[in-house]
Formats: sequence, structure tokens, C-alpha cells
Amino acid sequence: MSKTNIEEINRNIYDIKNKDEYDYKIKKGLTKEIIEEISKQKNDPIWMKEFRLKALDVYNSLEMPTWGPDLSELNMDDIATYVRPKTGLSNSWEDVPEDIKNTFDKLGIPEAEKKSLAGVGAQYDSEVVYHSMKEELIKQGVIYTDMETAVRKYPDLVKEHFMKCVPVNDHKFVALHGAVWSGGSFVYVPKGIKVDIPLQSYFRLNSPESGQFEHTLIIVDEGASLHFIEGCSAPKYNKVNLHAGCVELYVKDNAYLRYSTIENWSKNMLNLNTKKAIVGNNAKMEWVSGSFGSKISMLYPMSILNGENAKTEFTGISFAGKGQNLDNGFKVIHNNINTSSIVNAKSISKNGGTCTYRSLVRVNETAKNSKCSVSCESLMLDDISKSDTIPTSDIRTDEVEFSHEAKIGKISDKTIFYLMSRGISEEDAKAMIVRGFAYPISKELPVEYAVEMNNLINLELEGSIG
Amino acid sequence: MSNKLLEIEDLCVNAENKEILKGINLTINKGEIHVIMGPNGSGKSTTANAIFNNPLYSKTQGTIRFCDEDITNSKTDEIARKGIFMSFQMPEEIPGVSVTNFLKYAKSKSTGKPVKIFEFKDELKKYMEELNMNSKNMERSLNVGFSGGEKKKNEILQMLVLNPKLAILDETDSGLDVDAIRTVSKGIEMFKNSENGILIITHNTKILSSLKVNYVHILIDGKIVKTGTQELAKEIEENGYSKYKNI
Repeated sequence: MSKTNIEEINRNIYDIKNKDEYDYKIKKGLTKEIIEEISKQKNDPIWMKEFRLKALDVYNSLEMPTWGPDLSELNMDDIATYVRPKTGLSNSWEDVPEDIKNTFDKLGIPEAEKKSLAGVGAQYDSEVVYHSMKEELIKQGVIYTDMETAVRKYPDLVKEHFMKCVPVNDHKFVALHGAVWSGGSFVYVPKGIKVDIPLQSYFRLNSPESGQFEHTLIIVDEGASLHFIEGCSAPKYNKVNLHAGCVELYVKDNAYLRYSTIENWSKNMLNLNTKKAIVGNNAKMEWVSGSFGSKISMLYPMSILNGENAKTEFTGISFAGKGQNLDNGFKVIHNNINTSSIVNAKSISKNGGTCTYRSLVRVNETAKNSKCSVSCESLMLDDISKSDTIPTSDIRTDEVEFSHEAKIGKISDKTIFYLMSRGISEEDAKAMIVRGFAYPISKELPVEYAVEMNNLINLELEGSIG
Repeated sequence: MSNKLLEIEDLCVNAENKEILKGINLTINKGEIHVIMGPNGSGKSTTANAIFNNPLYSKTQGTIRFCDEDITNSKTDEIARKGIFMSFQMPEEIPGVSVTNFLKYAKSKSTGKPVKIFEFKDELKKYMEELNMNSKNMERSLNVGFSGGEKKKNEILQMLVLNPKLAILDETDSGLDVDAIRTVSKGIEMFKNSENGILIITHNTKILSSLKVNYVHILIDGKIVKTGTQELAKEIEENGYSKYKNI
């Protein structure tokens, strides 16, 4: 809360650039030969190699999306899609090379692991360099490992679920992901097992002019529960980096999953990520999302409510500063009776940044007696910033309760004057108002992340007073 | 050490390019309670806002000193930190910021020292009991969903916690029922001591009955046309302002 807090925080934590050292970096571009080479480098089973090549064909057959932010600066000929770090996978931080370990140290990952996490995965460029989970969970049959290990060790589970929730022809960047994916986490929580302490995977992209395409696949089996946290960041370079990850979540009958994200990509990143969840009978899927970084973000997590009484909640915030265009939102499909969805989306834009809330709500004929409530609020900190709301609803049954509320506002001079009359400086008053605006979201985050989010807000607001 | 808290000299103020205050002089010493009364639009709230250098008001002439220091052009937050407080007619709502966190932060800013949370919460609880406030309000967002009365009491609570040298109460009594006015008066009495001063801006005299007021000023059309004692307030209550309007 105090000014000293603001000064303690330094964007440098996120901007640490390690030397672009790697064991292997594929040449830039996207051709059949390159995909075959990635597959060879990754020692894929044959089915995966074939999958990648098919995905490349799909990629080539699809058009660039033109309905959102301008992606014309993205040229795949300038992007290296696979960078293998100079280290293998380890389950001890001691064995992780020092500069890489230092980076994760500064991001607070090993510290959080000791204090408040049941397991951690850490990816550096294209491969996971660290993965570990508490002994109790291993004994209970919980699986938490990097995606490559899962492909090798649990081929049936992976084949049954991999890119079934997010089909490869969903859109162009999903197809790209299917062709070049590398890294990511695999989680399986067996029936009835409640994982009380969160698991966390952190994705760090260090290499310039490259992409990160991690694949996260989580299966929470019947009656089980899990809180999974995803963090991401990258140092800033002058040229475009690309993130096109894919998250597939299966929340089986009576299961519960909360998926929290704090994304703080650098401002040269195009974040074209895809996340979907399939939710079973009486199951509940909660999304909590903080989106701060990237130059362009197009991210619309989706819940598919297939089961009776399936529920989903989305709580998200975007914060766009100078030169940022964050086009985020949420999609939900109600397929069964008594399903419900609650959306609480907020955005903050300043210094000419653009935030768009884009959403889809579809309630199918089969989803009688369903409920959907959407609330989105935007706060603009000055006259040059932009905010927009583009909701789409497609309701195919009469027996539904649907509400949508949108508010767009600015910080009023009166409010700032009120706070200043209590001895609070203009800068601190603005930060206080913005933190208060974000509070309904930050209170949903694990406490360290709530602190990080407040720090990011302070960081974003620093020097924003003219 | 001078006994003077606030000294306003020949103050002229414009709001929206219209001249509102046309040469105000006012001195408040330690231990004094002053009252400014006047009809709507006479410039009462403008006086309060001008003291706090609200950027929506522009001073065209005159000076304001506080504890012998010129604060005419100081920033609002600096003025507050020097020890002036203002209770707002319409307090702002701040979603997501609890009463406790807000006051703790404001207090640390005004004293320049970190606030000890447990002592602070006890202090807050004590004041809230005295003001008949629901202690659950401590954790609620500042003024959000508060009734008119709760908002005004919350202003008095802030005054007690921040303990300024000079408190300006801008129409704190307006829109309150009899019980709430009594509570607000009680808060003012708790606050009052021989070292601080109070400036009450009001329409009506109910709030004054239980307070020992030293001076009553009648403000008409941007000028103080008459200064008297508590008797003057009574006279206004009975006869209105018409007698002073054409001076």
C-alpha cells in the first residue's frame, strides 16, 4: 500500500535477459522440414510426428483472423519455433544452470514452492527444466509432469485427450500450436482426490525472435479437485516474440478445477493463446485471469458445459498501457440443463492502451433452465486510452436467465480530490482507486499473486502522472 | 508561538469563470469554533474548497495562511498533511478499498509514521461505538452502499482518526435526522480541544445547540456581511437572511 512499495518494485525483475544460450535453436520459419526436424529433436513417437505434419497442413489452409487486432507484423519466417535450453529436465533446483535458476529465483518460484505450493513446473524457452511435486500427492496417484514425459509414459491418457478439447482446426494459431508445440504441463488427478494446495507451472521465454508453444493438459477425474496456477513472463526485445500456447482442461463429473493465470509477457509479445475446458455433470470450472503484458493479446478462455448442473465462473482483469492492445474475453457454451455461468471481467487502460472485452455466450436448446450472468467494467485512466466491449450472445431456448451489464468509466477528479484531502498524493490516490477497482479480481488470486498484481498495478502507474 | 491556525485575507475565488468569493477575511485561532452560515449559492462550500486548493476553483486574489505558513497555492494533499481536514457534503465512494485500509493509509500519510494495525483497529472500534456505527462497516468498501447518514458519520470518524489541527465541516448536518445530528455533534465534542479549531459550514442551527460556538459569520453573495456570536445564529433561524441580503 505504501509508496516505498512502489519504489521497491522494478520491472527489471521481469526484464532480466540471460544470454541467448541454448543447446539447440531451430532455424526460423515454418516448413515441413522444420516441423520434421523439431519432431526429430524432440524424439516424438510416430503418431505425434504425423499429428504435427497434419497440423501444419491445417495451418497453411487457414486464413489469418481479421476480426480482431492487426497481426500483420507477425511473420513466421522471423520466428524460431523451437529453442531447447542448455539443460535437461531436473527435479532439483541445484541441477538447473545458475543463470536460469537465478531468473526463476528472482521471479520467486522456488520460494513460493517452499511456502505455498504442492508442486512446480518451470519451463525455459521450449522445454521444461524443472518439475517436482510433493511426495503425498505422488502416493495418491496424482500425476504432474512435463508434457513430453506424459506423451512417453501415459500414451493412452494423452491420446484420448490431446487436442480433443481444442481441435487442431479451431483457428490458425491452434493449428500452428499443434505443429510446433513443445513443453507445458500434464496433470492427472485421480477420482476422488482433493489436491488442497495449488500446483503451479511457470513459463519463461528468454530467447529473442522465438516462440513459446507450451501445451497444458489437465484431467481432474470424477469427484476430484485441483487449483492450478499458470504464470508467464519474458524480457523485452525489440523484435516480435510469439506465444501460442494451448490449455485443455477436463473437469469430469462432480469435479472442481480452478485455473489461475498471471500473465506478464513483455511488450513485444504477441500472445495468441487458446484455453478451453470441458465440464461434466455437477462439476465446476473457475477461471481467474490477470493479463498485464504483451503487445497484442487475443485470449478468450472457454468453458463448455456438457454436464447437467455444470457450472463455470470467469473472473478476469486486463491492464493495457502504451502500445498495448489487449483483446481478451470469455466464451461459454451451455449444452445441458441447469448449467450456470458467471462472468466478472474488468479492464484498465492508460497511456493510449486499448482493452477490448470480447465474449460469446451460447445457450443451446438442450440447456433448459440455465443461468448466465455477465458483468464487465472498464476503467480508462486518461483521454487517449480506449476501451470497448463486444459481447455476442446466441440463446436458443426461452427457459434461460441471462443478464449482461457493461460499465465504462474514468477516474473522476472529485474522487481524486477527496482522497488528496486526506493527505494522499495524486499518484497514490490513483493507484488506490485502481487497486480498489481490481480488488474483486485480486482477492481471488493466491496471496502472493495478489501482491504481485498490486505491484504490477503500481509499476504500471508509476510515472503516469504528468 | 502564535495562536493563529487559519488566516484568510481578502480572498477572491472563481468557479467556472464566475466570481463566487469577493474578498473574504477570516481568522481562526486555536480552541475556537467558527460557523459560516448563508443562503444557497453564497459561497460557503467554495470557501472550504478554496482552503483545500481544489483545482476546480481558481483564486484571483488574496492569501491563505495556516500556522503562519502560506498555503494559498499548496497542493491539496500537502494542505491535508499540514493538519487541515474537510468533511465533505457528498463523500466519494471508493469500491474495493475498505474503511480500515483507507484510514490506515491516510493516517500513515498524515503522521508520516507506520500505523500499528491492532492498536489502530481498537481505536477505530472505539470511535465507531461512540458514533453508533456498525463495526462491520470497517471492512466494507469506503462509502459504497452507505446511507447518507452513514457517510456523514464516516466523515466524522475520519476526522477523529486523523485528528487534524483544523476541521472544516461542510454541511455535515444536512440531510440527517435528529439522532444522527446528535451523534455528529457528539463526535465534534470528542474532537474539540484547546489546541485545535473547527469551521462549521451549515444551513441550520440544530447542530450548533450543543456546541460552544465562538463566532458566527453570515456569508451573502461572496462576502462576510456580519460576524457575531451564537445569538446571531438564533436570529437567522428565526428571521432568515433577508435582513442581510441588501447590505
